[in-house]
Amino acid sequence: MPVCIKRQPAYIRSQFPAGLFSMSSIISISGVTKTYATGFKALKEINLDIERGEIFALLGPNGAGKTTLISIVCGIVNRSSGSVTVDGHDISRDYRAARSLIGLVPQELTIDAFETVWATVNYSRGLFGKPPNKDFVEKVLRDLSLWEKKDSKAITLSGGMKRRLMIAKALSHEPRVLFLDEPTAGVDVELRQDMWAMVRRLREDGVTIILTTHYIEEAEAMADRVGVINKGEIILVEGKAELMRKLGRKQMTLELRAPLAAVPDGLSHYSLELSADGSQLIYTYDNQSDRPGVASLIRDLETAGVQFRDLDTKNSSLEEIFVNLLRQEP
Amino acid sequence: MNLRAVWAIYRVEMARAFRTVLQSIISPVISTSLYFVVFGSAIGSRINEIDGIAYGAFIVPGLMMLSLLTQSISNASFAIYFPKFVGSIYELLSAPVSYLEIIIAYVGGAATKSIMLGLIILATAALFVPLRIEHPFWMIAFLVLTAVTFSLFGFIIGIWAKTFEQLQLVPLLIVTPLTFLGGSFYSIHMLPGIWKTVTLFNPVVYLISGFRWSFYGKADVSVGVSLGMTLVFLAICIAIVAWIFKTGYRLRN
Repeated sequence: MPVCIKRQPAYIRSQFPAGLFSMSSIISISGVTKTYATGFKALKEINLDIERGEIFALLGPNGAGKTTLISIVCGIVNRSSGSVTVDGHDISRDYRAARSLIGLVPQELTIDAFETVWATVNYSRGLFGKPPNKDFVEKVLRDLSLWEKKDSKAITLSGGMKRRLMIAKALSHEPRVLFLDEPTAGVDVELRQDMWAMVRRLREDGVTIILTTHYIEEAEAMADRVGVINKGEIILVEGKAELMRKLGRKQMTLELRAPLAAVPDGLSHYSLELSADGSQLIYTYDNQSDRPGVASLIRDLETAGVQFRDLDTKNSSLEEIFVNLLRQEP
Repeated sequence: MNLRAVWAIYRVEMARAFRTVLQSIISPVISTSLYFVVFGSAIGSRINEIDGIAYGAFIVPGLMMLSLLTQSISNASFAIYFPKFVGSIYELLSAPVSYLEIIIAYVGGAATKSIMLGLIILATAALFVPLRIEHPFWMIAFLVLTAVTFSLFGFIIGIWAKTFEQLQLVPLLIVTPLTFLGGSFYSIHMLPGIWKTVTLFNPVVYLISGFRWSFYGKADVSVGVSLGMTLVFLAICIAIVAWIFKTGYRLRN
């Protein structure tokens, strides 16, 4: 990963010329809005920079505007206002340069069903203005376990194979930025693992990857940074590790020796929860909280005469953070 | 100019024609042959010559035009509607391709197919009736101009259509009747009084008349007017396509 100037403190950033900061981002989205003819505001005002070589996960519930945003950057949907640059190329004025850098794997399996795998991947390469290169196309097909099917018509492929074909088409013109819109929806475990192995390989080659996914544990496993979009607004962009640290919560569950009817009075300031059958005490705390710590709770439990058999702690997942974030939204 | 993209699209369009050879080529040949059997031989033998041309030969330009118009429209409208319908149009819209290149590729593909078809019909007709082409240059010129104009028209329909029904609507309800009433099978001089004037509002009359002139040197309306009208339709289609691309109408909503 290249050193990212944007992530440096302001006093360091101020020593560099302003233009340098935008050089670290490969996609720069500023003030982008989209209002459909029906009056529906799909995007309110999006400002987002995607950094070169990173894996960026865009999370959001259905209808949040993820696909609209991706479609605008890729040139499929016209924006209502704002500007987007890809590697410094404006997507309207300099659309050829901008689009030739981008590969897109859309959510739906949309392929010309009557073309062969070989023909359709070579078509994609030609469409993006690249000269024929049989060796490269063969490599892409082999990497995606599609080589054996190269003479098969798309209509004869299984769902998983069609998904691989969509990816092969997107990679056929050697893009520097790859958009994966819900890449693993309805995909079996093997393909999912292959796909993530491929994403890692692409990243090693310096390709920037932007993905949307409903499987948040995948974003947790793969992404360098996470953006959360809801109701057409980006509500948060954060490095994944920072996000987990800042917004993550810990939970400690105590298995009690004897069930309790209520939380003892002396422990009320811990905001403990008692399970329905009274056999478990659950203590939830923020990582950065200044609340009394675990050690003092255990001491106080002893004082109150509450004995426990076992204890278990767990960090909240990105999914829980995500759900909490959306709940806080008005 | 992204010529590789133009070539890629054009090749896919041509490949489709050869893949569906039965539908694209053989079926029009069979239906043309049937027209000749029915109108040329069975009924035609009882019809006098028109403008000094045997009836079987007289209908050849009209038959070619009939196929040229319907096939240009259906080829081009289907070519752009189908990717819209299945969703694979995303790739075209996200590619570094200009609108002009998209038009050249799709309209070029559709026009090539219908011109090939027109020539196949001509060859088929030559088996049934004695043909002569007095102005081969103008014959080709009308053939190409009409194929391009109506492929553009088909492209517009393909963009506009939201359903398969709409896709069929214009060719079925407008183009086929206009062609049949546009003098494919008769000279407009044969029409009674007022209908002769009414028929002049049918744009297809000018196409067929000019085309027939290139074969036999006889026309219902002056050939200059025919050419002028063809160019006017072409200009109208270009203007509509330019507007579609400028606004992103039903493409980049």
